[in-house]
Amino acid sequence: MKPSAAAPEQRDIDVERAQLTDALAETWKTPSGLWGALATVDHKIIGRRYIFTAFVFLALGGVLAALMRIQLAQPEARLLGPDRYNQIFTMHGANMMFLFAVPVMEAVAVYLAPLMVGTRNIAFPRLNAFSYWIYLAGGALLWIAFALDMGPDVGWFAYVPLSGPQYGTGKRADIWAQMITFTEISALAVAVELVVTIFKQRAPGMTLDRIPVFVWAMLVTSFLVIMAMPAIVLASTSLILDRLVGTHFYNPAEGGDVLLWQHLFWFFGHPEVYIIFLPAVGMVSTMIEPFARRPAFGYLGLVMALIATGILAFGLWVHHMFVAGLPRLGDSFFTASSMAIAIPAGIQIFCWLATLWDGRPVFKSPLLFIIGFIITFVIGGLTGVMVASVPFDTQVHDTYFVVAHFHYVLIGGAVFPLLGAVHYWFPKLTGRMMSEALGQWSFWLIFVGFNATFFPMHILGLEGMPRRIYTYQPDLPWHGLNLFVSVSAVILTAGFLLFFINVMRSARFGEIALDNPWDAPTLEWATTSPPPSYNFAMIPVVGSLHPVWDDRDGLPVADGLRTDRRELIVTTLATAEPQAREASPQNSIWPLWAAIATTIMLIWSIFSPWAVVWGSIPAAVALIGWFWPKGTPEDES
Amino acid sequence: MIRAARKACSSAMLAAPLAGCGGNWQSALDVYGTSAISLKHLIILIVAVCSLVWMLVLIALIAALWRSRDARPVSPEPGRERRMTIAVTGAVVATVLIIGTFTVMSFVATRALTVAGQDDLTIRVRGLQWWWGLEYIGPDPSSRFETANEIHIPVGRKVRLKLEGLDVIHSFWVPSLAGKQDLVPGRPNELTIRAEHAGIYRGQCAEFCGMQHAHMSLLVIAEPQDDFDKWTATQRQTAAQPADEQTAAGLQTFLAKPCAACHTIRGTAAVGTTGPDLTHVGNRRTIAAGLFETTRGSLAAWIADPQTIKPGNNMPMVPLTPDELRAVSAYLASLK
Repeated sequence: MKPSAAAPEQRDIDVERAQLTDALAETWKTPSGLWGALATVDHKIIGRRYIFTAFVFLALGGVLAALMRIQLAQPEARLLGPDRYNQIFTMHGANMMFLFAVPVMEAVAVYLAPLMVGTRNIAFPRLNAFSYWIYLAGGALLWIAFALDMGPDVGWFAYVPLSGPQYGTGKRADIWAQMITFTEISALAVAVELVVTIFKQRAPGMTLDRIPVFVWAMLVTSFLVIMAMPAIVLASTSLILDRLVGTHFYNPAEGGDVLLWQHLFWFFGHPEVYIIFLPAVGMVSTMIEPFARRPAFGYLGLVMALIATGILAFGLWVHHMFVAGLPRLGDSFFTASSMAIAIPAGIQIFCWLATLWDGRPVFKSPLLFIIGFIITFVIGGLTGVMVASVPFDTQVHDTYFVVAHFHYVLIGGAVFPLLGAVHYWFPKLTGRMMSEALGQWSFWLIFVGFNATFFPMHILGLEGMPRRIYTYQPDLPWHGLNLFVSVSAVILTAGFLLFFINVMRSARFGEIALDNPWDAPTLEWATTSPPPSYNFAMIPVVGSLHPVWDDRDGLPVADGLRTDRRELIVTTLATAEPQAREASPQNSIWPLWAAIATTIMLIWSIFSPWAVVWGSIPAAVALIGWFWPKGTPEDES
Repeated sequence: MIRAARKACSSAMLAAPLAGCGGNWQSALDVYGTSAISLKHLIILIVAVCSLVWMLVLIALIAALWRSRDARPVSPEPGRERRMTIAVTGAVVATVLIIGTFTVMSFVATRALTVAGQDDLTIRVRGLQWWWGLEYIGPDPSSRFETANEIHIPVGRKVRLKLEGLDVIHSFWVPSLAGKQDLVPGRPNELTIRAEHAGIYRGQCAEFCGMQHAHMSLLVIAEPQDDFDKWTATQRQTAAQPADEQTAAGLQTFLAKPCAACHTIRGTAAVGTTGPDLTHVGNRRTIAAGLFETTRGSLAAWIADPQTIKPGNNMPMVPLTPDELRAVSAYLASLK
């Protein structure tokens, strides 16, 4: 890196504190107005948008769930026909997995990870802006198609041949496959940004063993994304090729193989579960500290458990295929590897129990959600052990038992921590506290409603109710429990409504938050609530795993960064010793143009293979514009 | 109580039509097949152990929250940390032991999925959108016959099911008899079943297969060997000749209209293979893959408007006059 020759450099050591913050605010600002909003590369603004959009998709997916429960409350109900119902359950699954759960976890990290590692912006901030627009376009594609009665109707894992050219006529399955393309692009982009941010932009002194557990979780998750997504890229692309240009990857009549789809899908699909779950347990390990009022017990064990889960995640996919007719001995190997997941999960649960045991719990809403998480997630984990057993699985596979199982894992295991995290980090994002009374009410409604809704589904599954049926006949003994489940879903819905009301009310009228309202130990609490555009006036220097607890009089800081251009500190991977001052890109409208060009190409390619040829031209133009040297400071360094 | 009532029902049901009885058995907990019985033992054992584990975690959680709710914060101290390390390690070791045991148990129980012993009865089960095609394969070609949606098996004998998906993936699942197995296009699978008790066992497609996945059920009727032999003898015969004017008119209509293009009635000119074989449809307990009990009325309703009754299915509505409709349904009902 060479110093700029032309203008005299302005460093943070040369100016007074007041001038320093003014200068930084000017350098890092997002101009007001529409153009500024579209061109911003501030990770906090993009992270907030991401989180907000993901919660909109959560609400929409919840409406679909409510419709399904109304339909299933009575046998042979005629509220929804089979065609609509099949679209609805496919939309519910695809929406919740691809548009809510994965993006929301990455979104929280887009906002928090740079703050928690003490840097000024995420790595590759323009890519970050691009990833949000692509995600938004993918979500809009899916929902607009659904509104036009073109929503996918083949289930969220779109098994061939049902989703193939012969049986999945129309454009419904293509829309599903192309929505996958959008979300995989955005998820891969964020994963790369997070890996680089966490590896290279940590505050000086934040050695590997001083990284907050949530950040560790996001690091492991990002690697999972990078390694799992290529399988689904391959799967969805070859499906589109089968459908659009008549290849035969999945056509058994022409030498294709329908089980190939299942292998490729689940090689991605199982790690996908951990892509959702690991950030959630990272949140728990991080949030538990201020509410137990002691450091999380077993930091090394918690981090190793995350890494172990991440590695094991790639060795389990066949347990989704236990009844597909693979050799039994091979199946049994995957029983063993699936059961082994219980070990790192167990380590984490025992560490949290130990933390609570030795700590002094503060019963605020985030802790309630953590407690609710432990109670429900253990059920989901144990039913996971059950379905890992081949013989057990032959009776419950593709039944409501499995529906119950994965909702215990995903809602109990990931959404409960996420809701806790919203209560916990809301003051940092907005500068206002959420209402504690409403928070406690929504917790209890959600906790009771969730268990009353999903626990009976275990029994329904054992009583022979398959999943994905739009109705059932009156002479089957399922209507009592189904009615109970549907009524309980009202309680669950009320809980979520109250949560959303609390968020909206608190964002406007909530009590003004202090910088560190929970007395938490990690770096994001060392700046103001909400943080300024430059995050930290001076980059903090970290001497322990709990810097804010251990340096109560204020953290030591690193100086020497320029204030007249966007700069941040790059540190070494393992020991976080400062290596260089690195320029950080300025706001740019080009990521938006690139996203629009990509969107046009991808949607067009649902209808014509030529879209890939002609559509690549505007995409190339947008990329050239994006990377064109404009004489801005980051081009010079 | 319910169980006792169902038991009482089971013997009555052999003779009585299906709807007369309270229960269709389709439950992994209400088991009458060799492998389903051993699977139920495994399920109960694993659920019991897991429930115990959950209770222990819950107790630990409550104790952890209760013991120090009002105390002052204290900083970690090496002695306590060491004791906690020992406790956590112990819990992890216990986890390893439990899941190790489960893995071995489940490996052993995998054998129960295949019923041991000789088999001389093989049935080809073909999954189609949205019904089950059945072909009984006997020792010699003359003993073969086709039927649909209703499998008869002799009690106490091992039966081999050859499972083939002809269009999309389906899954054969009669939980009271055995665990499920997918019917995968291009990859034939097998499942062996044995009913320990006579009875009617309901099953249903368990892999999402499109519009009418919800209405793709089947019945397995396990009956004593004598009854089974009588049934197979009937099934091998060609269709009964029309006995009166109305049923004769019904056959004429069936052959004149598009019906015969898709359905076979052995002994007549109807040789279509797209839809179920109807040679003895009047003898089957249900029509439309378990949707209705077979009666003249239900047959007439089904033929009159299959798309309202089972939207999306592959049977088109064939315009018939009221007389034709009455004749065809009378004829089909007479095909015992």
